[in-house]
Amino acid sequence: MEIFDNLALGFSVAVTFQNIFYCFIGVLLGTLIGVLPGLGPVPTIAMLLPITFGLPPVSALIMLSGIYYGAQYGGSTTAILINLPGESSSVVTAIDGYQMARQGRAGAALATAAIGSFFAGSVATFLLAVFAPPLADLALKFGPPEYFALMVLGLVASVALASGSVVKALAMVVLGILLGLSGQDVYTGTPRFTFDMLELADGIEFVALAMGVFGIGEIVRNLEDEHTRTVMVQKVKGLLLSKEDIKRIIGPILRGTFLGSFLGILPGGGAILSSFSAYSIEKKISRHPEQFGKGAIEGVAGPEAANNAGAQTSFIPMLTLGIPSNPVMALMIGALIIQGIVPGPNVVNEQPNLFWGIIASMWIGNLMLVVLNLPLIGIWVRLLTVPYHILFPLIVGFCCIGVYSVNNNAIDVFTMALFGVVGYVLVKLDCEPAPLLLGFIIGPMLEEYLRRAMLISRGDPTVFFTRPISATMLGLAILALVVVLLPSVRRKREEAFQE
Amino acid sequence: MTRFVKNSKEVASGLLIVFLAAFFAWQAMGLPMGRAIRMGPGYFPMILAGLLGLLGLIVLLSGLTLRPVEEENATQKIGFRRWPWVPLGLITLAVVVFGLGIRPLGLGPSMGLAVFISTMASRRFKLTTALLSSFIMVAFSWAVFIKGLGLPLPMLGPWLGGY
Repeated sequence: MEIFDNLALGFSVAVTFQNIFYCFIGVLLGTLIGVLPGLGPVPTIAMLLPITFGLPPVSALIMLSGIYYGAQYGGSTTAILINLPGESSSVVTAIDGYQMARQGRAGAALATAAIGSFFAGSVATFLLAVFAPPLADLALKFGPPEYFALMVLGLVASVALASGSVVKALAMVVLGILLGLSGQDVYTGTPRFTFDMLELADGIEFVALAMGVFGIGEIVRNLEDEHTRTVMVQKVKGLLLSKEDIKRIIGPILRGTFLGSFLGILPGGGAILSSFSAYSIEKKISRHPEQFGKGAIEGVAGPEAANNAGAQTSFIPMLTLGIPSNPVMALMIGALIIQGIVPGPNVVNEQPNLFWGIIASMWIGNLMLVVLNLPLIGIWVRLLTVPYHILFPLIVGFCCIGVYSVNNNAIDVFTMALFGVVGYVLVKLDCEPAPLLLGFIIGPMLEEYLRRAMLISRGDPTVFFTRPISATMLGLAILALVVVLLPSVRRKREEAFQE
Repeated sequence: MTRFVKNSKEVASGLLIVFLAAFFAWQAMGLPMGRAIRMGPGYFPMILAGLLGLLGLIVLLSGLTLRPVEEENATQKIGFRRWPWVPLGLITLAVVVFGLGIRPLGLGPSMGLAVFISTMASRRFKLTTALLSSFIMVAFSWAVFIKGLGLPLPMLGPWLGGY
């Protein structure tokens, strides 16, 4: 079987001292920022992007992915112990996990979360290994019109599945694309939106935008209501699950894994949507739904499995099509570009070391996370006592040096300051900044494929609808928009996100 | 307040988006358009600016109503006065100071200043912790970025006798 050869290759790459080391650093950092509220994977990865310059591409990507799925683990720890979700995807875990902790079953909740995450992570990684290569092969047959349609579909789907106003999210995508087009035009060399500044000839730096919006903007938002966090940590004991518990969590973990794996592939999906849907499904099919919200172990197992599976499978569109499904994946693409690798279907075939190395490292990383999270839980709990007013100035410092070191150019620092303000204003106006980032990273590719498609078709825009694959994808995009904008669905959707 | 504004957040976002659309359209006007078969650098941006303007208008209109309303829902107000203006200003200032200082002053002083200014954004500012944080961060960035990663950054810039 080819897949076993490929996995063997992957493990030969991942099991070197250097890559195991970076994998460890990644999951360690991931757990750390997952535990610390107010610091998520997006700013952390953005801060570390410049540092990955000096690393070989495989090590860089292994470390950055470790941060992402590590954060899913760490976030659930705080959610369970102090009802403070370190990550938005563990909001659901806090509902029943914290109740379990209050009933003295914190150990069982933590163990459930870890087992669920580990199982889901392993299965989803396997799915990634199985489905990514054929998908990439399919994508290789795509011409410019198909690519354009695919990207439109990706952007629309990410908008449709995100929470909040669809029109605003679309506007953010378009704004992101416009910002992404800044700098010299690839075909003619004409500078666009540079205000005659030579420093902006290469366009707005992606890292500066991401760190401004998600790093600096987020800090100001956290400073809005600086309340005293009294940390009452429950004693953790009894990490072993009873037979009864194990019986109760098998179903939710399996369902969560498959639901999460599926939703993770969809743009805009990923970990957050997966955990929310898993929770509502478990509640619906449970024989005793009244226990939910009062410490039902199923309410921890399902969402935890789902968010980890979703985090893992969201790598599929990124690695095979070069299309990010969420801001973290957008940063991963940024990391690939920094390393001089063109994201897209060629990565699987031209960089097998990279592709299979990352996949193999995910198993190793998931295993490390179980070890890091269960026996060492005491250390993480102690970290919770670091107050935010000590933490945030250090984050500002890291953001500054990080963004400066990308190009050794002060303009990037000022760009970050500007987008910090922009990010904060957008959030205050209920405009989600995540679609903006996706638009920014996809924008230049979108324009290039549009131009190429129009060149082939001799300027005839119907080309997108006469070619079957592209017509199907654009049709799906339109359908998705229509469905989301229908009043009845709209109301349902709002309810779903409110839960 | 009896106004035709149903939701001031929507109105403000709509206005902002329309303004940005106009700005990008104005910038794109100076670029060669080309034709559909061979698009110039201004073609796609112009389409996008138009689309953005349209979306902005929809958002703007969705926040307005023909029937005057008495009071807005609390979640729909922008609440400018309750924005954390001081932290917002100080954090932005910290970043800008870093950007201005990094060349002439070098990494050490600009990092120290940036961290120190940021600490003032918290209501629980204490001079001792602020100085300590700044010092730790300067030492740390020296160890990691200059010694460890070997970034070509002087600790002290030309204004302070460095290179």
